[in-house]
Amino acid sequence: MAKTLFDKIWDKHVVQQVQDGPSVLYIDKHFIHEVTSPQAFKGLEKRGLKVFRPQQVVATADHNVPTINQHLPIKDELSRIQVQQLIENCKKHDIELYGLGHPFQGIVHVIGPELGITQPGMTIVCGDSHTSTHGAFGAIAFGIGTSEVEMVFASQCLLQSHPKLMRINIDGELPDGVVSKDIILYIISKITSSGATGYFVEYAGSAIRALSMEARMTICNMSIEMGARGGMIAPDETTFAYMKGRQFAPGNGQWEEKLEQWKTLFSDEGAVFDKEIFIKAEEIEPMITYGTNPGLGIAINGTIPVADSIPDEGERKNIIKALQYMGLEPGKPLLGMPVQHVFIGSCTNSRIEDLRQVAALVKGRKKNEHVHVMIVPGSQQVARQVKAEGLDKVFAEAGFEVRQAGCSACLGMNEDKIPAGEYCISTSNRNFEGRQGAGARTLLASPLTAAAAAITGVVTDVRDLTPRPPEGGVGKTTKEAIN
Amino acid sequence: MIPLKKIHSRFVPLPPENVDTDQIIPARFLKATTREGFGKNLFRDWRYEHDDENRPKPEFVLNQPQYSGEILVAGKNFGCGSSREHAAWAIQDYGFKAVVSSFFADIFRNNSLNNGLLPVTVSDAFLAQIFAQGNEATLTIDLESQSITIDATGQQEKFEINPYKKTCLLNGYDDIDYLLSIRPAIEAFEGQPH
Ligand code: SF4
Repeated sequence: MAKTLFDKIWDKHVVQQVQDGPSVLYIDKHFIHEVTSPQAFKGLEKRGLKVFRPQQVVATADHNVPTINQHLPIKDELSRIQVQQLIENCKKHDIELYGLGHPFQGIVHVIGPELGITQPGMTIVCGDSHTSTHGAFGAIAFGIGTSEVEMVFASQCLLQSHPKLMRINIDGELPDGVVSKDIILYIISKITSSGATGYFVEYAGSAIRALSMEARMTICNMSIEMGARGGMIAPDETTFAYMKGRQFAPGNGQWEEKLEQWKTLFSDEGAVFDKEIFIKAEEIEPMITYGTNPGLGIAINGTIPVADSIPDEGERKNIIKALQYMGLEPGKPLLGMPVQHVFIGSCTNSRIEDLRQVAALVKGRKKNEHVHVMIVPGSQQVARQVKAEGLDKVFAEAGFEVRQAGCSACLGMNEDKIPAGEYCISTSNRNFEGRQGAGARTLLASPLTAAAAAITGVVTDVRDLTPRPPEGGVGKTTKEAIN
Repeated sequence: MIPLKKIHSRFVPLPPENVDTDQIIPARFLKATTREGFGKNLFRDWRYEHDDENRPKPEFVLNQPQYSGEILVAGKNFGCGSSREHAAWAIQDYGFKAVVSSFFADIFRNNSLNNGLLPVTVSDAFLAQIFAQGNEATLTIDLESQSITIDATGQQEKFEINPYKKTCLLNGYDDIDYLLSIRPAIEAFEGQPH
C-alpha cells in the first residue's frame, strides 16, 4: 500500500501499541538545553533512575546565555544557575555537552543539522517547540514538554498518538526578493496560527525541491506556528550533499548503506493525506507580520486588515487587541513606517546562508542612523564562517552589531531585549506580546526584508531598494545582490 | 500524581482567543530549576502594571475577587506557542485543576495531561454558554462519565479524552510508570535491525 513519508518513519519506530491508547515511539536522538531539562533531571533522580541511553542525548546551552563576553561568568544569577545545573547534570549522566566555550555550542536547532547529528529517517525530540526544524532532513522531529523529556531520559521512548497528516504543495518559481521565510509566513497567514493543529505537515512541490537545506529548515522551523506538531520534507540529493562529510554524519564505511535507506524516504505515489493544500509560488510576495501571532501577516506592500471586514467575532477581537498592542492602525500600509531595531538571528534565520544574503544586500551600504541592528549567528561554527568569509567586516562597515551565538532577542531571556513600545523587524519566529521584552513590538520578516529596513530605517520592500552605489566601478542591482 | 475524578467549582473566565504560553508564563520566569512556585507569575504581564506586584491591573480577571474557582475557562486555541511545560505548571500551581476551551494547542494539551491538569474541550456554543453565566455559577466536570455540566441550567456536554490518559488520570499514574514497566520490550526493540 502507498505510504506517506511520515508513516514510513513512524512505523519503524513503534515499539508497541498501548491498548486503546497511544503508541510507544522509540526516539533516536534527544536534544536538551538548560531551560527545559532541570526539572526532568530532578524528576528522574526522584525516581532513583539514571538516563537510560545517554549516548543518544546531546546537550547545549543556548536560551539564556549572554551573547557578549561569553568567556566571562554569566552575570544574571538565575541564568548562571541553570547553565551550571546543565553542566552538572550532563556530567552525572554521561551526556555530551556543547556548552559555552565549546566550538560546537549554539542554538540547538542550528547545531544538530550542522554537525550531521540530525539525519533522515530519525525520530528526534527536544524540549523546545522549534524541534520541527530537523524535519527538513526527512525526520520525524517535534517539541516536547519537560515531563516528556523525563520520559525519554527514563526509557528512550514517548507515548504518542498518531497525528493527522497534511501535505502542503508549493509549486512553481518564487518571484525575485521572495525567500523561504516568506513562503512559511505566507502559508501561516493563509491557514492561521491554529490551522494545522493536530497535524504533522509534509512540505512538497517543485518550489520546495528547489530550496537549499538551510532554506528548508526555515520552513520546517515555523510549522509549529500554525499549530502543527511538526513539519518535514523528503530527503533528496540536496539533503545528501549537505550531509556528506559533516562531523557526525555516517562515515565512509556506512555512508553508502545509509544512503540506500534514505533514498526510500518519500511519500509514495497515491499516499493518502488527511488534508492537502496547494499553493502557487508565483503568488507569494515578501511578507511581514503586523499582529501578535505569526498568522497575522500581510504582503509587504499590503495594508493592515480592517477588523470590521472580518466575519468571525473572535478573530475580529483578536485583531483589535493585537493592533492596540502593536500601536498600528487598520487599513494603513506598513511600508515606510520607522523601526528602531532590527534583529537578525534565531533558529529560523541565523545560518550562514541567511547571513550571506544579508551581507550581499548591505555590502557598501550603511545602516540608518536611527536603527539599532543586531546580528546573532546561530552557532559558534556559523560565527567562525562569518569571519572566514569576511562578512563580519561588511557588517561592521554597515554599522551592524555582531554578537555571539545564542537565542538572544528571539525570546528575551538574556539581556538582549527590545524596549517597551519600540518596533523591531525580526527574523525570528514569534511576535507574541512581550516575546522580545515586555511591551516590545515585533514585526516578523525574512532576513532580506530585515536588512532592507536596517538600511532605510523604515519598513521597506526589498525589491524597491535602489541599486547600491558602484563598488570598484561595477554597480550591482538589488536583484543581482539577492541571487 | 494525585488521582482526579470529579471537579465541582466556580470558574474564572478568560475569553480572549489564541492565548499563547508566553502570556501564560513569560520567558523571563523560566529560569527556575524546580516545578514549584510558577503560580505567582501566571499571566504576569496581564496581571500587573510594569511588572510591579503592588500595581495589579484591576481589569484583569485574576485581580477580580468576585471570580474564583478550580476551573479556568478560556477562549479558543488556548496554550499555543512555546512548548514550555511551565505554562501547565503555572496554571496548576495557581490552583486550577481543569481548563475548559473549545480548542487547545497540541503540546499544551499533552503537557497538561502529563501533569494531571485536565483539558476539557467543549463546542464553541457550549463555551459561549459558560461565558454567559454570572460569577456565582458553578460547573461540574466528571472525568468518569466524560461530561461537563453548567449546574444552574443543567446544560451538559460530553468531552473526548484518550482512554489511556483517562485511566492514568483517574488512578494518578503517569507515562513514566508505564514506560518503565515495558523496558524489556524496549530493549528487545533496540536489538532488532531497523
Ligand atoms: S532561537 Fe528562539 S525559537 Fe529558536 S530555540 Fe531559541 S528561543 Fe526557541
